[in-house]
Amino acid sequence: MLKQTEGSHAVAEAVALCRPEVICAYPISPQTHIVEGLGEMVKAGEIKDCEFINVESEFAAMSVAIGSSAAGARTYTATASQGLLFMVEAVYNAAGLGLPIVMTVANRALGAPINIWNDHSDSMSQRDCGWIQLFAETNQEAVDLHIQGFKLAEELSMPVMVCMDGFILTHAYERVDMPTQEQVDAFLPKFEPRQVLDPAEPLSIGAMVGPEAYTEVRYLAHAKQMQALELIPQLGREFQEAFGRDSGGLIRSYRMDDAEVAVIALGSVLGTIKDTIDEMREQGVKIGVVGICSFRPFPLAEVREALARVRSYVVVEKSLAVGLGGVVASNVRMALAGRLHMRGHTVIAGLGGRAITKVSLHRAFAGVVSGELERVHFLDLDTNAVNAVLEHEKTVRRSGPIAENVLRTMRLVGAKIL
Amino acid sequence: MNQQVKFYQTGTRTVGNRLLAPEQRAIQADIERTNSLNCGHRACQGCGEALGARYAIDAAMRAANNQLIAANATGCLEVFSTPYPETSWQVPWIHSLFGNAAAVATGIAAAMRVKGKPDVRVVAQGGDGGTTDIGFGCLSGMFERNDDVLYICYDNEAYMNTGVQRSSATPGGARTATTMPLGEHPGNPFGQGKSVPLIAMAHEIPYVATATVADLRDLEAKVTKAIGIRGAKYMQVLVPCPLGWGAASQDTIKLARLAKECGLFPVFEAEFGEITGVSKIRSKVPVEEYLRPQRRYAHLFGKTPRAEDIARIQAKADRNIKKFGLLDQGEA
Ligand SMILES: Cc1ncc(C[n+]2csc(CCOP(=O)(O)OP(=O)(O)O)c2C)c(N)n1
Ligand code: SF4
Ligand SMILES: [Mg+2]
Repeated sequence: MLKQTEGSHAVAEAVALCRPEVICAYPISPQTHIVEGLGEMVKAGEIKDCEFINVESEFAAMSVAIGSSAAGARTYTATASQGLLFMVEAVYNAAGLGLPIVMTVANRALGAPINIWNDHSDSMSQRDCGWIQLFAETNQEAVDLHIQGFKLAEELSMPVMVCMDGFILTHAYERVDMPTQEQVDAFLPKFEPRQVLDPAEPLSIGAMVGPEAYTEVRYLAHAKQMQALELIPQLGREFQEAFGRDSGGLIRSYRMDDAEVAVIALGSVLGTIKDTIDEMREQGVKIGVVGICSFRPFPLAEVREALARVRSYVVVEKSLAVGLGGVVASNVRMALAGRLHMRGHTVIAGLGGRAITKVSLHRAFAGVVSGELERVHFLDLDTNAVNAVLEHEKTVRRSGPIAENVLRTMRLVGAKIL
Repeated sequence: MNQQVKFYQTGTRTVGNRLLAPEQRAIQADIERTNSLNCGHRACQGCGEALGARYAIDAAMRAANNQLIAANATGCLEVFSTPYPETSWQVPWIHSLFGNAAAVATGIAAAMRVKGKPDVRVVAQGGDGGTTDIGFGCLSGMFERNDDVLYICYDNEAYMNTGVQRSSATPGGARTATTMPLGEHPGNPFGQGKSVPLIAMAHEIPYVATATVADLRDLEAKVTKAIGIRGAKYMQVLVPCPLGWGAASQDTIKLARLAKECGLFPVFEAEFGEITGVSKIRSKVPVEEYLRPQRRYAHLFGKTPRAEDIARIQAKADRNIKKFGLLDQGEA
């Protein structure tokens, strides 16, 4: 059914359609509307046989989820940013235990400096935690990925993180085609774990594993993600048959057929990038886009194939590997290993919610086409501000909190006058 | 467990099973016993925690009609009971992390409710470190929501599994690997202390109890009672650790009894925030008698005895005696 609705609410409805049995909730912007919506649905009886638990921290949220999932209940939670970091130990644990929990991450920047707006630093910090990470481009895709996510998680016995841009998607009112309960029921079978905490069949879960078997356990976690590389597209096809919509998959190429330059990105910024590229195409520039939906597992072969015919590429990403450059870019580079003739750029953009405009993208992409763009470029960086701080710090050997140092150097509000 | 004890052994003042009515006796070897924590585990000889867990979980199994699931925090109990690929547990058991046993148990309890299995009872268990320190947030959350979980803390007064470091349950004056008595330092500094049973009571949860491995009948009775109650329950069981305390392995029970008899470890029950029962001291002993056999207190009795520190410990015991009414009227 088509409706005009908020991204968070659409996701809450999609989760409800998946018949969750335990939902753990702890508030953090911009995730709040999702769990609020679910709480209401549970109370109103719209989600039957479901426990909605208000926990005291994200660490507890994931821990409760571990308990309920291990006891055989389909379990969901949502978080963002500091919340994801606060639960990290349990995030790794859920993956290590192979529990098919589904979690929405409403992507948001990480502090310090504290910042509630969108970027991908939170999810990227967990890229090696063993969860599958799917990035939604639109609210429709966010809805669809949750439905696929539960199936994927339960087939592989592995948790799935559905990442959607905070505010940009979670708080945007868009048209969404909401599936019916019958459709979802037909697509998503009941949760039937292989091992479950059950007094009728006692077993121990979570034992201490030593050097003699630990590598094998880790290998199997990796092997399962490799299986996911096949399962994700397969579920995408099944989904298309059942719902009539092309959603999910590993990567999605746009105008790549004759492209000589490729832009790689993930999440909602793909919309702006496609618009920019359409305009460049009108100017005769042979440029295309590769959107990555599945960041973990990372589709090395698909990315390599998609970029087979380009001479240069740029990864636009909302995350930063401090001291290295890009997080996504490093992964893309691994996909392109050996292609020495290809010129690769990284554009760090949209950090802490800075708007990524077409104007700025045009400028950056022109630099990619001409080859003049720096290898690691910070989009719309205020070079005056950063250079002033760097110059100042050459003269004084005193450190301090970075954000406040900027104020002090620029003699702006909030700083003591020097 | 407030049966008036009329007979006990001279000297140790212990009460043998034989001296009690059959229904009051602790269940030791019995074909009915579930042996939930079975043989093969790697606990040290004389480990109070292994003993406490064995009695607590078996009692819980009986009370729950064998419908029990346990969540375990990281710590000695977890490590010595499940060396992969083996396990000593005969109950469905999960270990997730050091600080989240209470929350994992909450999740299990939620799953049981939603699956329509209200008969399945849920126990969470961990050491003092996993309970009073790193797991404290999850524990308090579980209390506050009144989740249907019995949390059992096996209190050996330090982080034993990592080699005897101080926890917030370590008493003032005790030596641990991180509170060495060097120079003026008395071992663990005399801080404010942290009584998690009293903090649990402040949540006004349905049931809170303390126990020691010196009185296994009392431990079993309290676990049985707790399993019969819906909502959040908390038990803290004193479990001497021969390795960490520097004590002889055959002295585990004796030390647990002395801890109670000197007043340092008050044994009581509380319901909805009110104390409802206290195990009286049978024969009061000075704290010295409890401290001396433990090498973690050896520095108090060295060439220059630290009388002041011993007096502080005695004062703590006396405060407990007064606060909890551990002595019968007239005895002092
Ligand atoms: C987050 C985290 N921090 C530290 C540890 C290391 N650690 C494992 S067991 C343990 C000590 C456990 O002490 P306690 O809870 O008192 O149980 P005991 O071993 O004394 O029975 C520590 C510090 C850990 N596993 N996880
Ligand atoms: S170190 Fe202490 S608690 Fe740990 S197994 Fe040995 S005796 Fe038990
Ligand atoms: Mg301990």
